[in-house]
Amino acid sequence: MSYFMVEKLVKYFGGLAAVNGVSFEVQKGEIFGLIGPNGSGKTTTFNMISGYHRPTSGRVLFKGREVHRLPTHKICHLGIGRTFQVVKPLGRMTVLDNVIAAAYSRVGTHHKAREEALKAIDFCGLMPVRDVLAKALPIAGRKRLEITRAMATRPELLLLDETAAGLNPSELLSAIDLIQKIRANGTTIIIIEHIMHVIMTISDRIHAINFGQTIAEGTPKEVAANQAVIEAYLGTDYA
Amino acid sequence: MDVFLQTLVAGVLKGGLYALIGIGMTLIMGVMGIINLTHGQLMMLAMYVTYVLNTMGVDPYISLFVAMPLLFLLGVAIQKYLLNPLIKADTILPENQVLMTVGIGMVLTEIVRFKFTSDYKYITTTYSNQTFFLGEISFSMALVIAFGIALAFTAAMFWFLIKTDLGRSIRATAQDKDAATLMGVNTGRITVITFGLGAGLVAAAGCLLAPVYYIFPDLGGPFTAKAFIITILGGLGSTVGAIFGGVTLGLAESMGATYFGMEYEDIIGLTIFVLVLLFLPGGFKRLTKV
Amino acid sequence: MKKNLLPLAVVALIAALPLVLKDNYYLHLMILFLMWVVIGSAWNLIAGYTGQVSFGDAAFFGCGAYTAGLLATHLGVSTWWGLALGGFTAIAVGLPFGWICFRMRGAYFALATLALNEVLRHVATIAEKFTGGMVGILIMPSFMSKVPYYYIALAMAVASLASLQWVVRSKPGYYFVSIREDQDAAESLGIDTHLYKMLSLAYAAFWTGIAGALYMNYMGFIDPHVVFNLHDISIMAILVGIVGGVGTVYGPAVGAFVMVTVQEMFRSGFFGLFKWLGDVSGSASLVKVAEVLTQAHVLGFGILVVLVILVLPNGIVGDWGKIKRGVFRIKPAS
Repeated sequence: MSYFMVEKLVKYFGGLAAVNGVSFEVQKGEIFGLIGPNGSGKTTTFNMISGYHRPTSGRVLFKGREVHRLPTHKICHLGIGRTFQVVKPLGRMTVLDNVIAAAYSRVGTHHKAREEALKAIDFCGLMPVRDVLAKALPIAGRKRLEITRAMATRPELLLLDETAAGLNPSELLSAIDLIQKIRANGTTIIIIEHIMHVIMTISDRIHAINFGQTIAEGTPKEVAANQAVIEAYLGTDYA
Repeated sequence: MDVFLQTLVAGVLKGGLYALIGIGMTLIMGVMGIINLTHGQLMMLAMYVTYVLNTMGVDPYISLFVAMPLLFLLGVAIQKYLLNPLIKADTILPENQVLMTVGIGMVLTEIVRFKFTSDYKYITTTYSNQTFFLGEISFSMALVIAFGIALAFTAAMFWFLIKTDLGRSIRATAQDKDAATLMGVNTGRITVITFGLGAGLVAAAGCLLAPVYYIFPDLGGPFTAKAFIITILGGLGSTVGAIFGGVTLGLAESMGATYFGMEYEDIIGLTIFVLVLLFLPGGFKRLTKV
Repeated sequence: MKKNLLPLAVVALIAALPLVLKDNYYLHLMILFLMWVVIGSAWNLIAGYTGQVSFGDAAFFGCGAYTAGLLATHLGVSTWWGLALGGFTAIAVGLPFGWICFRMRGAYFALATLALNEVLRHVATIAEKFTGGMVGILIMPSFMSKVPYYYIALAMAVASLASLQWVVRSKPGYYFVSIREDQDAAESLGIDTHLYKMLSLAYAAFWTGIAGALYMNYMGFIDPHVVFNLHDISIMAILVGIVGGVGTVYGPAVGAFVMVTVQEMFRSGFFGLFKWLGDVSGSASLVKVAEVLTQAHVLGFGILVVLVILVLPNGIVGDWGKIKRGVFRIKPAS
């Protein structure tokens, strides 16, 4: 029994298959990369794992339990956290309040929620801006707030959806640092990323999809050398 | 059987007018994403325009050509000076625009009441009470003419939306405002035109209804309610749905009036509203999409 | 603690008012003001905090009022029982509606509350045998003096504000605002958005229902058009919320004060100012102005709606910075 498993996942929107039979397994403690060109079905897969979409068919198993029919908030309570590719800050709340709202998923009192939130904020390095309104944060701060909020729900498995997109080189380095710190903390991570050198550096294994179907899986080296992956990214001319 | 057929005919004829009201509402809904809670009041205004012209001897069907442009301009002004400024304001409630339409509706109603008092007004024409028979079924002349004109307007509206550049821009804005903006559509202008069109269409409905209905300032509220029931029935923002919604409401109302009693007419619409919410959230639009 | 000093001082002041103020007319206005504090705060929780705008507060208000009235006419018990039960009737009516509407996003809830109010008004009108229909319900008031009502209304206003403050500073409060800000994000943080929207609705329905029961007791008369009234109750509730400041604890209290004053100002022709001027000066045109103003009070109300939304979309408390800048011409320090 693997820690986390996606089994023949299929999602149709109207007559269009966004995801068409994707299966993968993730081991506890690893960083698992999910790559593919735009529109290949990565975010749809995340949405099915976190309960925003019901799969047309297929299963999602977390620690042996079927989770694909559960509502999003239950999935969060089970220990699967996520961030959004298009960031969703709770705009008119401060950074601290954003994280407190998240921390309430695990603790009951305001005092404890605040404590928990401050811990997460400190861990993710947002202390200097904790009293800033979320909508006033620059993009790097918003991306980081996404992670901080997800961390405050104490996830065992964290789904990161393009957390590095739109960051400048120094912000990128600190984002990589943070992700590795989260893994060192014992959290399993599935990450979607477009910036190749980021995903190649941090992933233990990578799963590549195109047109909703698996085209390759393996270590970063194996996937980078894979013919189908190169074709999908660069077109057949370069293959 | 005759009673049933009679009710059916009356319902469909009324439904044609309701469709006209609904299309205006659904256009505004689609493009601006807001419920226009002053829709019925705009219709009421058009009816008073018809009434005033009628006292000067103008036929209601001629006054269509006065009331529609007038209401179009009023709609344009409302959108431009009262609703669009709200989009820029940073507020907690996106419903500010909806609330604004309520306020506008109150102002319109009260201005009319001020000028014409709350008394019922009637427009009597030679055809107001005329009927003709097909077999055992009687047809109200005025309603049949109204139905015909309503059909013509609906068809013209469809042609406009599908064939003209402006119509295409409106549909594009309704589907995705941001994308439309990126494609070079001036969405600010489109919202203004759309509200004008919506107001113009409901004005047409008002003119057509004027000869067979009594006119008073407070009729706006009930018709606003009808308009949103039609829109919900048809699926928010769907033009074809609005036609089905209008006819359904017309049928249901006349069935209710025949078989349950006149006082239940208004409740029927609301009951349908609740049933649709329960069993068909998304309205008729849902049935045509997967 | 220092933050709570101002509200406490205001409450003390209001509590002391009947000792000096003997005029029934002003006591009446104060009672209305306190009632609107309750309704406005309730609306503010569901609309301002949770972001689910209700256009049909009159439905809950009417439920509470009719609960009190019907208990008295049918069971012969005191209308004061309505104060205990009215809130629960409103919840019972509101929750099934919320359960349906909250599954859908967008304007459904606003429309459904609007429709709910219409349905209830028709039902109350048609079910003549049970509700008295258009004739309404008339009861003998319990007290001749306005002072007992004054203190009951004050207690309710204080209780509703205290409960609001407690709610918004605890877990539900954070959850409500999260739902308002972004429902998807809220779900991802483990918030059962459907459940919490229902809780928020239950809170709003409860307090609005109680306010309705108070109205029945105090005014001694209700009919479908008085309590299930779109403009006078539902829209007024929204205005109280918006004028004061959506999503602020004390905003609706400020809004209630402003709105009750303004409404009365229109209704009474600026508190009889013009009529008085006309009588004093003997000018017929000023008397005419007074008449026109009184007749047009709904028009004034409508214009007010339009102006408030255009100028103060976040209310007096919410736009306080803007007002200060406007009045004192202070440039923002940035």
